[in-house]
Amino acid sequence: MSERNTTTIRSTPRLTRFLKSALLLLLLTQSANTALAQADDEYRTVAVAEPYLELHTGPGVGYPIFHVIDRGETVEIIKRRTDWFQVRGPDGTEGWVDRAQMERTLQPSGSHIEFAEANQQDFTDAKWELGLLAGDFGGANVISLYGGYSLNPNVSIEVWGSQILGNFSNGWMGSVNVVHETWPEWRISPFFTLGAGVIHTEPKSTIVQGEDRTDQIAHAGAGVRVYVTRRFVLRAEFKSYVVFTSRDDNEEVEEWKVGFAFFF
Amino acid sequence: MESRFRLLFLAMPVMAFGLSGCAATKNLFGSGEKEAPPPTEIPEGRVIEMEVERRDIKEPDIDSEDFEFGAFVGVMSIEDFGSDVVYGVRFAYHVTEGFFVEGSAGQTEGGLTSFEILSGGAPLLSDSERQLTYYNLNVGYNILPGEGFVGAGRAYNTALYVIAGLGSTRFAGDDRFTVNFGAGYRFLLTDSIALHIDFRDHLFDIDLLGEEKTVHNLEGSLGVTLFF
Repeated sequence: MSERNTTTIRSTPRLTRFLKSALLLLLLTQSANTALAQADDEYRTVAVAEPYLELHTGPGVGYPIFHVIDRGETVEIIKRRTDWFQVRGPDGTEGWVDRAQMERTLQPSGSHIEFAEANQQDFTDAKWELGLLAGDFGGANVISLYGGYSLNPNVSIEVWGSQILGNFSNGWMGSVNVVHETWPEWRISPFFTLGAGVIHTEPKSTIVQGEDRTDQIAHAGAGVRVYVTRRFVLRAEFKSYVVFTSRDDNEEVEEWKVGFAFFF
Repeated sequence: MESRFRLLFLAMPVMAFGLSGCAATKNLFGSGEKEAPPPTEIPEGRVIEMEVERRDIKEPDIDSEDFEFGAFVGVMSIEDFGSDVVYGVRFAYHVTEGFFVEGSAGQTEGGLTSFEILSGGAPLLSDSERQLTYYNLNVGYNILPGEGFVGAGRAYNTALYVIAGLGSTRFAGDDRFTVNFGAGYRFLLTDSIALHIDFRDHLFDIDLLGEEKTVHNLEGSLGVTLFF
């Protein structure tokens, strides 16, 4: 026979899928019966090409193998959780199969399936990123959430929101950053950043004097993004802020943060 | 007449030999006439390919359930301020079969301190300041995945997990940097619906009663989550 070709299927962005799921939930309430009928149709069938396919009782390596499906039989893929696939065998037995075994099954066209996993190339090319960092902002604790969009592999724009929790004052900060990655293809990829935004501070209630302030800020910084696995990125950064106060002197604040991010 | 027959009989073997010799020679040099193929035959493989319905699996068609969303209700103790009902929501993304990241938000209310009750004086906090709201962002790991058995015929997937993370708690008029850690037990009723039992400790610094101290605020809760 002719050689088997391999089909690589890219995963859809999770955000999109999340929105789709939410929409689906709405639709389900209205047309439960039709949706269920369609769901049955949507099960995908593959044939076992290895001597057998091992079915675990749960989606994890520790769960025992309770059933095997022989070569030549077909299974329906019901759903996926992380790297495990729930399948239904010809006699209706349902179990969980790991990705490595699923990739050795055959599609009706005779080609192998490859369930594309996010890899380092996606780390370089991915458009969207969502992350969470925490650290020290001039002696106060800071927790930050950011979303980023890549204009090209080197340049991206990020929107940050931070909560600052100090001994004497609390506050929040919002900023827009431009980030430049010089070597985006590296697994440990350094970057430089420039940005501007606003900071709002309010003294703690136990301190009598002092008033709430909202000031403009500008900052420059540098950091590193490290690709770990799948969609997972570690990130550490240093930023130097200038707070343009209404007083005579501008304040300078240094910030260190570490955290993690996901790309989509 | 006799000689004619003799000639005929002589000629027959000669002709037969000649023909067979010719045939042998032709075969020897490969120029013999080939057997004609059946005229209706289709190139190999074509027939099978025509009958296969091409329906390749696209990954988006496979329902991927790595997200978990749900609500919880329980009891939370605020140090010095008694215990009250806590309720909140929780969202998790399962990165691998072991690791997940999680975000939680909850709300409870502080009661009166012993000091306020005994002294009978003015309350330390206003009603709105007694409201405690928190959020936290955690990393979790399923340390003991396994199965729970109910009777002889039913097995449910379970996991004992630990979490740790940080966030902020708004209490007594201020936002307070909060570290929290704990453990939980996930019991999957079906492949998509899970019950949770969680115990967590929320630590933050507070200087409301004179000197600054780190307080432990213990929370125990029951929750229901859906995988999607």
